[in-house]
Amino acid sequence: MSQNADKVIDHEMLFREPEYVEMFDNKKKNFEFAFPLEKMEEIREWTKTREYQDLNFAREGLTVNPAKACQPLGAVFAAVGFAKTLPFVHGSQGCVAYYRSHFSRHFKEPTSCVSSSMTEDAAVFGGLNNMVDGLANAVNLYKPDMIAVSTTCMAEVIGDDLGAFIRTSKQKGSVAEDYDVPFAHTPAFVGSHITGYDNALKGVLTHFWEGRERTPNESINFIGGFDGNVVGNMPEIRRILSLFGAEYTVVCDPSEVWNTPTDGEFRMYDGGTTKDEVKQALNAKATLSFQAFSTEKTTKYIATTGQEVVALHHPMGVAGTDKLLMEISRLTGKPIPAALEKERGRLMDAIADSSSHIHGKKFALYGDPDLMLGLTAFLLELGAEPVHVLSTNGGEDWAAQVQALFDASPFGAGCHVYAKKDLWHMRSLLFTEPVDLLIGNTYGKYLERDCGVPLIRMGFPIFDRHHHHRFPIWGYEGSLRVLVAILDEIFEALDANTIDTATTDYSYDIIR
Amino acid sequence: MSLTVEETKVRNKELIDEVLKAYPEKSAKRRAKHLNVHEEGKSDCDVKSNIKSLPGVMTIRGCAYAGSKGVVWGPIKDMIHISHGPVGCGQYSWASRRNYYIGTTGIDTFGTMQFTSDFQEKDIVFGGDKKLEKIMDEIQILFPLNKGITVQSECPIGLIGDDIEAVSKKKSKEYGGKTIVPVRCEGFRGVSQSLGHHIANDAIRDWVFEKTDPDKNKFEATPYDVAIIGDYNIGGDAWSSRILLEEMGLRVIAQWSGDGTIAELENTPKAKLNVLHCYRSMNYISRYMEEKYGIPWVEYNFFGPSKIEASLREIASHFDDRIKEGAERVIAKYKALTDAVVAKYRPRLEGKTVMLFVGGLRPRHVIGAYEDLGMNVVGTGYEFGHNDDYQRTTHYVKDGTLIYDDVTGHEFEKFVEKIQPDLVGSGIKEKYVFQKMGVPFRQMHSWDYSGPYHGYDGFAIFARDMDMAINSPVWALTKAPWKK
Repeated sequence: MSQNADKVIDHEMLFREPEYVEMFDNKKKNFEFAFPLEKMEEIREWTKTREYQDLNFAREGLTVNPAKACQPLGAVFAAVGFAKTLPFVHGSQGCVAYYRSHFSRHFKEPTSCVSSSMTEDAAVFGGLNNMVDGLANAVNLYKPDMIAVSTTCMAEVIGDDLGAFIRTSKQKGSVAEDYDVPFAHTPAFVGSHITGYDNALKGVLTHFWEGRERTPNESINFIGGFDGNVVGNMPEIRRILSLFGAEYTVVCDPSEVWNTPTDGEFRMYDGGTTKDEVKQALNAKATLSFQAFSTEKTTKYIATTGQEVVALHHPMGVAGTDKLLMEISRLTGKPIPAALEKERGRLMDAIADSSSHIHGKKFALYGDPDLMLGLTAFLLELGAEPVHVLSTNGGEDWAAQVQALFDASPFGAGCHVYAKKDLWHMRSLLFTEPVDLLIGNTYGKYLERDCGVPLIRMGFPIFDRHHHHRFPIWGYEGSLRVLVAILDEIFEALDANTIDTATTDYSYDIIR
Repeated sequence: MSLTVEETKVRNKELIDEVLKAYPEKSAKRRAKHLNVHEEGKSDCDVKSNIKSLPGVMTIRGCAYAGSKGVVWGPIKDMIHISHGPVGCGQYSWASRRNYYIGTTGIDTFGTMQFTSDFQEKDIVFGGDKKLEKIMDEIQILFPLNKGITVQSECPIGLIGDDIEAVSKKKSKEYGGKTIVPVRCEGFRGVSQSLGHHIANDAIRDWVFEKTDPDKNKFEATPYDVAIIGDYNIGGDAWSSRILLEEMGLRVIAQWSGDGTIAELENTPKAKLNVLHCYRSMNYISRYMEEKYGIPWVEYNFFGPSKIEASLREIASHFDDRIKEGAERVIAKYKALTDAVVAKYRPRLEGKTVMLFVGGLRPRHVIGAYEDLGMNVVGTGYEFGHNDDYQRTTHYVKDGTLIYDDVTGHEFEKFVEKIQPDLVGSGIKEKYVFQKMGVPFRQMHSWDYSGPYHGYDGFAIFARDMDMAINSPVWALTKAPWKK
């Protein structure tokens, strides 16, 4: 018996004890009827080959380990970015349980969201009654200032009409006639979570802007897009805009509700863009979107109001941040603050200090399309080679933009972009064309295990490391943090590879 | 500060009245039936259960897909489970339930992978059957060591009229009788995960038992063969249970479904006894095996030494003296460990109060383990329990316990705020709400990434974890000193 009260051991060590190992062996031998070990090894080796890769890339129907989620997840993200707003997802209730869990596992924070809990009868007769009762219950119980409605695929397949349902609910007195219920149809079978973010955000803007006269002012709007680091990034962009002395409105900011204190009080709502701010945002002279693919429809809609729209692709690093600041400067007419120039210099300083460790290193990266563009550009300017850049929710237009980045840099020569591919495709690539480092979300740890490539965690979701989402990856400061994350992994890998006494530890240097 | 039982009952009844005030009248009436204060001597908890959640109330429940793919089928490790429909369901349930297993993932084992048909608009419009066929072909090429395929239906499948049964039959035939199981667990079916468990059980009956070749995967039966039913091996629970059954002389021929294989499912009808942990999710198949194959089943509870001891004896009572002696031997063997665990942790936990809200068996099953540590469960409820669960609960709860079925976010928050338990045990969606409020919390679905909690080895971990939650120094620091 290995367990003991003095030093309790859990799953990590318990099951390595001999009595358990023997039990596993017996279970396998006597009852599992598994393939022989040699067969397993043979197939495992085969999956590492070019032949397997070709079969893998010939897939037309099957998706394995995708790096994307569905629309309503993004809609919930957008909804919680508004002050005292309760996301309401019309359709099956299990979906909402999933979104809430998913966000809570990433942010380590509560995520409040309700469902209209449609079941078989609603599948037959439509979910109008669920909407009528659901809005009334939600308003009474959770006292939001606004309810932002989106849909699950169930409601979309049966064709529920949100606009009509909300009107009827108001007529039936579920919520007051003038109560704000912006909505968006967010079918899970179109696009991904970034599409849902886009649709929901556009829904909110349309709700408050439609039919209103625009009186242009000097303010600019900032929209961040779906972002796993939103908690750290939003304060950083606010700091940058404040240094400019710019008048600005962040449209959709969940950085406070996903960053509430533990002080004895649960805050269902905290921070977020207020209704007045949204209304005022119509009058801004321009809108700056940090992530163009995450805001395609929103920015298109904003442009129709007469605002100038600048949509970037998650600019990072030196040139990326330079571009961001120059755009802010151009839009606001204010010079780039000296403080930020100094930050730029410090980032340059750090890169100069460390670039020899990154230069020529090969990277594989995957994630949302805008993040991939920003990160690819940053890696290229560090002298790294982003050999495999993959996105499950990035299309051909995205791939062309990544290719353009490759083409513009000597370090992009041997690099390839993969649109609409998944992490099982990536697994093949990592075997046939190995790299030094992998950048991606938590699911990348399975690639780290299978292919032996160290993972740098970036993107969404990250479940198995804590608190990194609290820090920015935007701006010069954020880029510095990304640089450090990359360097840490490089040094960890180097140390791990030189740690064996009397065989490799001559290189186990204390100065790097 | 501690109330008498009568005072507690009055307080709890007032609390129920108070939480109901926030609802619109119609909803308050419906919710009132799900909330109660337990009266000792009653045969059930006198609450309504297994009925539809109200829309808009922030129910904690999931769906039938979660019950089938997430709970019952997902852990069968050598099969490939296709999340059939849009990408989300499979993504959110990907490897999040901690069903531990041994195997080479991606080669002969597929537990922590996400296989999806990633439905696009054209699949909704034109149907997904052709795509499903293609997916099965691709699985055969790329994952040749898979031992079978299941089709876990997401909402659209049942709405667009796809015939996944026909596709499954066709492809099974094409691949020489391969096990391919269509599961109609669309998320809109039923009122919670629970119907998904039932549908998944029925799918095993119809598509595994009915189609098993009796000459395949044969082994010599023994009089001591049992199957573990309803243990999902969360954090290794089934392993720390199996080891006890084997030590008492039984032979575990199958695990349902944690670390399970299709061969184990197929061979289960050879068992002499089915031992059932999660009654809620697998009573259906246990009853079926009793009727069809004459295999008796017995419920057991491996949380905490008191219940483990009683369960080992109960299981042994179905066998001869050799096993009965084996049970006593196991109980004696672990006595020193449990005594040491209780001696270490009970003084730190004595008298502490707990409120639970979980699924499956846990709202009642873990009560004994808390009591072994001197703690009292003062409120409990089921996410998706039925009346038979609430009947069974009466054997566990004390007079005056607050009972809340399908609790809403609003109710749970208010209950905890007023009762101020020393610990809340619930899920990830609830965890941070209560921690923000300054209340210690443990996730009692995932064991908060710890475990196992089953068996004697697990009890030590359970005790350690409850102690570290309640007696963490952080709770004394949540209020700034200048605000105290």
